[in-house]
Amino acid sequence: MKTKVLMAILAAVIAGLIAVPWIASYFYVFIFTEILILGLFAASFNLIFGYTGMLSFGHAAFFGIGAYAMALILIHLEWPFLVSLLVSMGASALLALVIGFLSVRLNEVYFAMLTLAFGMMVFAIAYQWRSVTNGSDGLAGFTLGSFGLGLDLTLANPSVYYHVVLGIVAIASIVLYLICRSSFGMTLKAIRQNPERVSFAGLNVRTYRLVAFVIGGTFAGLTGGLIAPFLRVASPELLHWSMSAEPILMAILGGTGYFLGPFIGAAAFVLLETVITTYTQAWMLVLGIILAVMVIFFRKGLLGTVIDWWMEVKK
Amino acid sequence: MSNPVLTIANLTKRFGGVTAVSDINLEVMPKETIAIIGPNGAGKTTFYNMVSGRMRPTEGNIVLDGKDITGLPPHKISRLGVSRSFQINNIFPEMTVQENVEVVLSAYHGHSRRLFNIASRNTEIQQEAVEFLKRLGIEDLKGQRAEVISYGDKRLLEIAMVLATQPKLVLLDEPTAGMTPDETRRTTRLIKKLADSGDYTFMITEHDMDVVFNLADRILVMHRGEKLFAGSPEEVKNNPEVRTAYLGEEDDEAVEEANQ
Repeated sequence: MKTKVLMAILAAVIAGLIAVPWIASYFYVFIFTEILILGLFAASFNLIFGYTGMLSFGHAAFFGIGAYAMALILIHLEWPFLVSLLVSMGASALLALVIGFLSVRLNEVYFAMLTLAFGMMVFAIAYQWRSVTNGSDGLAGFTLGSFGLGLDLTLANPSVYYHVVLGIVAIASIVLYLICRSSFGMTLKAIRQNPERVSFAGLNVRTYRLVAFVIGGTFAGLTGGLIAPFLRVASPELLHWSMSAEPILMAILGGTGYFLGPFIGAAAFVLLETVITTYTQAWMLVLGIILAVMVIFFRKGLLGTVIDWWMEVKK
Repeated sequence: MSNPVLTIANLTKRFGGVTAVSDINLEVMPKETIAIIGPNGAGKTTFYNMVSGRMRPTEGNIVLDGKDITGLPPHKISRLGVSRSFQINNIFPEMTVQENVEVVLSAYHGHSRRLFNIASRNTEIQQEAVEFLKRLGIEDLKGQRAEVISYGDKRLLEIAMVLATQPKLVLLDEPTAGMTPDETRRTTRLIKKLADSGDYTFMITEHDMDVVFNLADRILVMHRGEKLFAGSPEEVKNNPEVRTAYLGEEDDEAVEEANQ
């Protein structure tokens, strides 16, 4: 019964998302493209934070490197879109392996500080290495060529690109969800709750943390690869530490204890930003108040609070 | 005569100038239950921490089943067959009681590396987890969140998790600490039953002397990091040195005996 209701809600949401370009203006197509990309970005962060218990302050590094990889390939090599996306993922996986290898040995605040430091280093490189990254202006002026797989899609059309993003985010989310539901995912949850007990059960906790970090980083790289063609630029802001804060805020806003929490958080974040900035410049002030209220009164986030409330009503 | 499960030679741990454990030698034979007793600060927990890999010994060797495990990290020692419980409860509070055991079983069977199975449909592991809960008499609690069950049940759950790695040697650190008298009796009975089944070799530290004399085949008495005495429960009971140092410091008889 419960699963049936959930499945029905999920199916309705997906149907609604598919229909967006036909029922809404381009403005909303852009909004929803952004929500989907940032939702998966936040979900990839939540594998590291909500599941494994590591608060990374450097997640934008993987988002940014994915975006730069995509932009560089489109400018210099003009490979098909799907192939470029795979390279984005590969580049971020490699970077996550290096940063993770050096970071996962530390705990809590030290881990957070180290990931922040590495994130800032990556930002500095993108900012300074003008010959490759074009410095503060970023890489722009690339054109989207073919999609790959012999499909004839006009990626430059925002509606087409929206559907491509929806499809890729859906597939990636399913893969990420399956990982969360696996024995590996259960082990990650156990590590968050009690890493010592896990190591006394015979597992090398450091290795598991590293694998989770690399998986999260790889999916973040995928979202970076999706954002560059959407924004038509890969700029250093995508790598800035404030960009690392966004998935943290989205995950907490939506609920870190649920797989879909970060997606809800991303939707709330983007929609609130859009609505509030039409009335006032002080979007950050309003966001700050909302977050403070969430953390003080609704620890489980929007999704967690709604689920708790629904359970109460059903009793 | 079979070989010892565990051979400890000259085991020593120093923290700066303080010697917490000094030159301990011990052999543990298969299927026996050995108790380590001593007043607070005698070095029992430090001793456990070295055997389970939580601390690296300053000197000495630990050999498990013919393999030198001195200074290995906890996960490797666990893989080789030493499993331990802690003085404070060490479980996964937000998981169900059954899932707590499933995590350990997944680790033991190598399922933790599987990225694309569905953990909640792993019936093999689930059935085995229930078996272990039955052994500790807490299978009724399997669906409960671990943080809401009673203190004593949490301790039993931890023992179930310790046994789930099929260890050659089980270290229990004060298994009845903080329990009510009823819980203590129940737990002692359970450990006694597990020990009598002949499936396990136990090493137990404990403050409650009734529990120790009830369970132990052999007792090692530690005092200020050193071995004071080792022997059968009877010998320990009747040893004047032990009585003076530990069992009944106020006991006039013991003082008299020691003075003679």
